[in-house]
Amino acid sequence: MIGIISYLVFFTTVASILGIAVLGLNLQWGNTGLFNGGVVASFGAGAYGTLMLGGPAQDGHLGGFGLFYPLALLGGMLAAGVLAWIVGKLTLRLRHDYLAIATFGVAVAFENVMRNATSITGGAQGIRGFERPLRDVLGDGFTYNAVFLAGVLVVLLLVYVFLERLTVSPFGRLLRAIREDETAARSLGKSPDRIRLISFVTGSVIIGLAGGLYGTFYAFVSPQDVLPILTFQIWAMLIVGGAGNTRGALAGAFLIWGAWTFSGWALSRFAPVEAQLYTGSIQFVLIGMVIVGMLLWRPQGLFPERLIVSQPGRNREKTQVEGFT
Amino acid sequence: MDNAILTLNGVSRSFGDFKAVDDVSLTIREGSITGLIGPNGAGKSTLFNVIAGELSPTGGSVDFLGTNVSRLTPDERFALGLGRTFQIPRPFGRMSVLENVMLAPMDQAGETLLGAVLGKGRIRDQEEAIRKRAFEVLDFLTLRHVADQPAAKISGGQMKLLELARVLMGDPRLILLDEPAAGVNPALTEILIEKIEELNRNGKTFLIIEHDMDFVMRHCDPVIAMAEGQVVFEGTSVEAQSNPILLDAYLGAPLDA
Repeated sequence: MIGIISYLVFFTTVASILGIAVLGLNLQWGNTGLFNGGVVASFGAGAYGTLMLGGPAQDGHLGGFGLFYPLALLGGMLAAGVLAWIVGKLTLRLRHDYLAIATFGVAVAFENVMRNATSITGGAQGIRGFERPLRDVLGDGFTYNAVFLAGVLVVLLLVYVFLERLTVSPFGRLLRAIREDETAARSLGKSPDRIRLISFVTGSVIIGLAGGLYGTFYAFVSPQDVLPILTFQIWAMLIVGGAGNTRGALAGAFLIWGAWTFSGWALSRFAPVEAQLYTGSIQFVLIGMVIVGMLLWRPQGLFPERLIVSQPGRNREKTQVEGFT
Repeated sequence: MDNAILTLNGVSRSFGDFKAVDDVSLTIREGSITGLIGPNGAGKSTLFNVIAGELSPTGGSVDFLGTNVSRLTPDERFALGLGRTFQIPRPFGRMSVLENVMLAPMDQAGETLLGAVLGKGRIRDQEEAIRKRAFEVLDFLTLRHVADQPAAKISGGQMKLLELARVLMGDPRLILLDEPAAGVNPALTEILIEKIEELNRNGKTFLIIEHDMDFVMRHCDPVIAMAEGQVVFEGTSVEAQSNPILLDAYLGAPLDA
């Protein structure tokens, strides 16, 4: 029983952390229409930034500043934000598929730098020896994980409330208008380039926050954590849940993470021994099929974006948008 | 002319070797409904895009209210009071008609990231004022009943009205309409004309590209005609109907073609 609860705590922690990342991507893609193909670069910048700033001094790589944990986490978010700002300045004039290709390239470059700039990043060994906050009080066991989960859920709630308020605000309206038709928005006095950059950086900071929490949870980050598959997983979560719908994005995170871990378990348990060697590859294929299938048959996701309308006395009444393209 | 709202001085726009707009000089009087006619490919829409800032001129200058706006972006020109609609409507499809209209006002406090999340009371008051105004504009343009529809779902004619509604929210002084009657059913066209004339009586200036000659001759004065990138006629609608150049260049085809 304890084993199951313990596993559920573990599962919920990781799903919630990934959920934060999905919320960041939803701001970029769901609300603003920015096709960020390099989610993992922001995630990695947050993780590496947090662990380098908050970890103990270690030889072999940069870092070991031993900062107070919240400052380290903020530093990780800042690192993700600065990276996004630079990438955004360079690429935001690109549209859709071109932006996706450029940002995907940035993420691959990021992984390669992490892997090869050994003196800064620890190379393939990654950043080790990070001491998780409050470990001396809570120990390393179940209590720690439960408290950590509570912390993650609080962060998730804050991000969720922040984004929900943003969605119904005039700023959210502006983001959607830019997503729908930039030329028309510009003809109505709006400056799309500036707004796109703000959205891209903010979304990346949120993804960086998720990365920071992820690194903290495992007290370790290495180039293996910033592989392109993570970008695809996070995209699958958003597409399945419903781009443009904050709750849908969260639901997608739990569903896809559940399906991912379940498929891994099921394959290792029931698949023929020869096939088990390829468990990871089979999972890659499965997640690809989920993305393609959703885009073909239910592109609006399980929880479609809701139309913001105004009816007497209820200015936040929402109904479902039909005919999603 | 002393009450010029818009003056073009030798404006040209080339695409490679092709001169879409070739040395156009003209003046739009404040308070007029000026019609811009010409065959397909005459350069009318290119000229519109140069005036609105979507394209930069390759020569000449655009003066709006006495200021050279040639180097300003479309959003900066909108802020100065220069609004435009598009030949093919560009609604924000997955947003409600009401949201489409509420987007347009300038200087919304809630349009910044921090303002959106932190500034509560002030934004709510401003939103209420904008919503009230949006409903007035939707009422005026007979769109109130579709306020809660996704903009992609309304008819083509309603989309034309919606574009005008959005522009009106910015309270511009000059409104460029690109083929407002094209593909719009006669009933809606009548409403559109009525509203344009009412707005005009209240001080708005219009520059209208239109192929429907009946529309132009009845409602626009003066009339400007373009052909092959150049202005070939400028005069009153009465003069236009008897002008030999126009008859030859454009009206050679039957009047209602």
